[in-house]
Amino acid sequence: MSLKTILLLIPMLPLAAAVIAGLLRKQVGRAGSHWFAILGVAASFFLSAWVLYQQMYEGLGIQNISVYTWMVSDGIRFEIGFLIDHLSVLMMTVVSFVSLMVHIYTIGYMAHDPGYQRFFSYIALFTFSMLMLVMANNFLQLFFGWEAVGLVSYLLIGFWFKRESAIVAGLKAFLVNRVGDFGFLLGIAAVLYCFGSLDYATVFAQSPEIAGKTVSIIPGMEWQWITVICICLFIGAMGKSAQAPLHVWLPDSMEGPTPISALIHAATMVTAGIFMVARMSPLFELSDAALSFVMLIGLVTAVTMGLVGIVQNDIKRVIAYSTLSQLGYMTVALGVSAYSAAIFHLMTHAFFKALLFLAAGSVIIALHHQQDMRYMGGLRRHMPATWITAWVGTLALIGFPFMSGFYSKDAIIEAVAESSRFGADIAYWGVLLGVLITSFYSFRLLYLTFHGQPRYTVDVGAGEHPPDGIVQHAPHESPLVVTVPLILLAIPSIVIGYFTIGPVLFGGWLSDSITVLPQNDVVAAVGHHFHGAQAMAMHAIQTAPFWLMIGGFVLATVIYRLRPAIADLLQQKMPGLHRLLENKYYIDELYQRIFVSRIVSMGNVLWKKADAGVIDGWMVNGSARLVDNIAQKVRVWQSGFLFHYAFAMIVGLIGILAIWVMLK
Amino acid sequence: MASNWPILSILIWLPILGGITVIAAGAQRASLARLLALVISILTFVFSISLFTSFDTTTAAMQFTELEPWVATFDIFYRLGVDGFSVPLILLTTFFGVLVVIAGWEVIQDNVHQYMAAFLIMEGLMVGVFCALDAMLFYVFFEAMLIPMFLAIGMWGGPRRVYATIKFFLYTFLGSVFMLIGLIYLYIQSGTWSILEWHQFPLTLEVQKWLFLGFLAAFSVKIPMWPVHTWLPDAHVEAPTGGSVVLAAIMLKIGGYGFIRFSLPITPDASAALDWLIITLSLIAVVYIGFVALVQKDMKKLIAYSSISHMGFVTLGLFLAFAIFQNSEGGRGAALGVEGAMVQMISHGFVSGALFLCVGVLYDRLHSRMIADYGGVANTMPWFASFAVLFFMANSGLPGTSGFVGEFMVILAAFQANFWYAFLAALTLILGAAYSLWLVKRVIFGEVTNQEVANLKDINAREAFVLGTIAVAVLLVGLWPQPLVELMHASVDQLLQHIQQPKFTVAGI
Repeated sequence: MSLKTILLLIPMLPLAAAVIAGLLRKQVGRAGSHWFAILGVAASFFLSAWVLYQQMYEGLGIQNISVYTWMVSDGIRFEIGFLIDHLSVLMMTVVSFVSLMVHIYTIGYMAHDPGYQRFFSYIALFTFSMLMLVMANNFLQLFFGWEAVGLVSYLLIGFWFKRESAIVAGLKAFLVNRVGDFGFLLGIAAVLYCFGSLDYATVFAQSPEIAGKTVSIIPGMEWQWITVICICLFIGAMGKSAQAPLHVWLPDSMEGPTPISALIHAATMVTAGIFMVARMSPLFELSDAALSFVMLIGLVTAVTMGLVGIVQNDIKRVIAYSTLSQLGYMTVALGVSAYSAAIFHLMTHAFFKALLFLAAGSVIIALHHQQDMRYMGGLRRHMPATWITAWVGTLALIGFPFMSGFYSKDAIIEAVAESSRFGADIAYWGVLLGVLITSFYSFRLLYLTFHGQPRYTVDVGAGEHPPDGIVQHAPHESPLVVTVPLILLAIPSIVIGYFTIGPVLFGGWLSDSITVLPQNDVVAAVGHHFHGAQAMAMHAIQTAPFWLMIGGFVLATVIYRLRPAIADLLQQKMPGLHRLLENKYYIDELYQRIFVSRIVSMGNVLWKKADAGVIDGWMVNGSARLVDNIAQKVRVWQSGFLFHYAFAMIVGLIGILAIWVMLK
Repeated sequence: MASNWPILSILIWLPILGGITVIAAGAQRASLARLLALVISILTFVFSISLFTSFDTTTAAMQFTELEPWVATFDIFYRLGVDGFSVPLILLTTFFGVLVVIAGWEVIQDNVHQYMAAFLIMEGLMVGVFCALDAMLFYVFFEAMLIPMFLAIGMWGGPRRVYATIKFFLYTFLGSVFMLIGLIYLYIQSGTWSILEWHQFPLTLEVQKWLFLGFLAAFSVKIPMWPVHTWLPDAHVEAPTGGSVVLAAIMLKIGGYGFIRFSLPITPDASAALDWLIITLSLIAVVYIGFVALVQKDMKKLIAYSSISHMGFVTLGLFLAFAIFQNSEGGRGAALGVEGAMVQMISHGFVSGALFLCVGVLYDRLHSRMIADYGGVANTMPWFASFAVLFFMANSGLPGTSGFVGEFMVILAAFQANFWYAFLAALTLILGAAYSLWLVKRVIFGEVTNQEVANLKDINAREAFVLGTIAVAVLLVGLWPQPLVELMHASVDQLLQHIQQPKFTVAGI
């Protein structure tokens, strides 16, 4: 098999599985659909891993392969093709691995769902779309993958399509993403305008040439072209990676089944924006203004969304806000030119956040779809495997030394400290504060869910839909198809950082795909102090992030384990702050008032006043009345059959012509 | 097939004469009428494929030309020929010719023979519009095709069909009268009805402007552009499903085709001088109509408004060229805009046709087009729901579907002309998704809202075939538009060459 065939198979096998599971759902049955999907994605993972191996150890260089010509118009070639370098192969491996885990987990999680085959079809389709996105060698295919993952996300959030809240959340996710894509598409158009091509290699090769070229979009204001391009592209990333103020769709996306919250809304799709900016590093590097903007947006997201996570009671929403906050960290890293640190955090986060979501899902099935942590507690005795893996995920998330998250998050914090970009000093304090917040809400979640006394009661005769706090059976550990993926995700959550930080982050492994100007290279600056993963972890105890993390742990322990009354007291002492956080800064309400209702009323005004009132009422029917008045006088001609008029018209035309010819 | 066959005449007259034969089958033999109509439409489609396979993409010259004297006293010729602009539209017409027959198969029970005949004759006349190179011949086809459409709406239409047809009639009649005056003027001046000779005929800017406005009156109504669009929602609402499909999928394209065949090449300098007008109206259509579509309560009206908004991309793409020539070196993007407009027409043909068929599927079962009467259709009609979601996604321009290609090309081209053009056009990304998916949410998803929805039966094999065929076309064009775009290159390049040559300097004025 040629390399091109292998690369083609990587996305095509999940696609084939999706088509089979979707269109032949009756023929292949439930088991058939999950076998096709799992085998397809597993093959895709192993092939990706093989390509990764080839690039790491066998000296396989960058592969820029064209698959077919989508279109040639105006001399511009629009190709479908693959760019396989360290960045894309890393993404391919992570995506297909997490996807495979989620596929296996789904067998257990969705076991009794009537839409079983449809679900497998969708997640296999998602895997295809995401792989097309990361493997793209041009902006067109990037946009294709970008929108295709959005489509599957829409379908999966609204998977339980009978639930009003689920379909509203799906619609919201799609539309908010479309706002981002609006910017993204303009960015792509700007790239075509400036470079005359949508091919990565061509564009990146020419990128230095447009430095200094300006454009006057608003008369009187001169902007750098490169800044316009980068900000437009980044608006797309803000939609997909849920950065403030386009973050509002992600918490609501938790309406979807938990496996997809893990796969799409934590590990892979939402990181597409981060990936994209890293991919576009040759462009972003040229605009300090755009990068400062990126950093600022990331900072706001990291801090404010983490704070909201503190007051949420729904276990999935806490993790969702945590995801927002961690995406903010990655965005801050992008903003200080630490692209490789962002990608490194993306990778570790994919493992431990998928793990946390799947663990939450395991709890949710054990409690019969109870997601409110106020009705949990004490679950560690009943579900030890879930409990331990959730601890692993939490320690990784808060950045406990030696855990994967420690290496990636510390690298970002250090990189921000090294940066001299405008705003980096504020960002540094922000990311430090974020460590405290992350640690606090993470331990709060652990305590409320697994520790303390159970706050649910077991009532066998509670009926089909028991009220909150009552379950029909005592919770028990989930089956192996659920716990094995948890364990398989827990392993990289622990060790992947330790083993890869040296080679991947500081060894310049990603430098074949990421461009950093020497004066911006903060990762290299951090790397000067790096003396091995072990030393870095040992040194952590002397650094601020470690003690902030401990601080969060202590606070959470005191408030949620030792003195639960403090939580209520705080809530009473600061009602305004609490309400603000609980209502997520009222941003949803704001959008509802400013956009949604205004747009609908504007549509009504345009339709009823302008269309029906002015154009129809005045112009069209006015002329009709005029014609009618004339017609009254020539009534004899009126038969009432329209085709008579039509024939009359043709006859009339010929008559006019005849008269004219005679006069000539 | 022998290359000397008059293939265009076959494509025009086979369905027309076939239609007359179907009428002869009589009201009593409905199944014979259906079968006959099916055979004729399939034959026509098969013949039209040879147009595609033996089309020479390297030349912009007219191909498969036919020339016979018709009305010699008035210099009117039976002059036919096709180029890269007309071939895709003819294929679209014959493709839908087959689907409309199948779609009406058991739905139409009254006067089956007349129904089938009306649509066959309409098909032949529309092919005639796309083939005619003689302005009078064009005009005859242009007007004559309305007659079967009036009949279709008038006989098989909804309760307010009289209002709708009169409105339709008034609008189109007023529009085409202005065009006719223009055509007659051109004949007096040039002594020929040949459209191609008119392309080369020198005219002063002043005259061009008047002619341009005359053409605009006819084509802006047909396509339709804001603010002469209000006939379309009413016509759609009252038309039977087949009528809506043909109206949306093909008749609207005749407006776009008219701009390409008449306005741009005959009055290039006026087009350059008045491009701001078309661009403004197009952008208003995209944005304003997007808002209006959002608040519609009737599914057919929503799709009709969505059509107007999508047609805004056609007129925008066609008239961007002049701003691009001024703006960017080498005029990069001009061809992208024109080809994007063409792709948008073909794609909109597929997508809007499919959407009206989807509404038809629901209407046949529940006899309502109101969004509020539905809800939770996916529960009882899962296969239908899958098709509907696909087509509404295509309508909101999802990459991988044909709906994306044209919009993408026009937005890219618009950026070459002016940032704000692209900005306003790209708003369709949000608005199109909003009105399409909001409808999907209310009609397809959710709990079953009432007993009637609970009793719905999923699509049968016939309906699945029709929707499935269009779905394949939508995906094919979305995933590989190259064969379609390749057809047009030579013609587009020639058109763009042509409109850059001022005509009035040739006239020496």
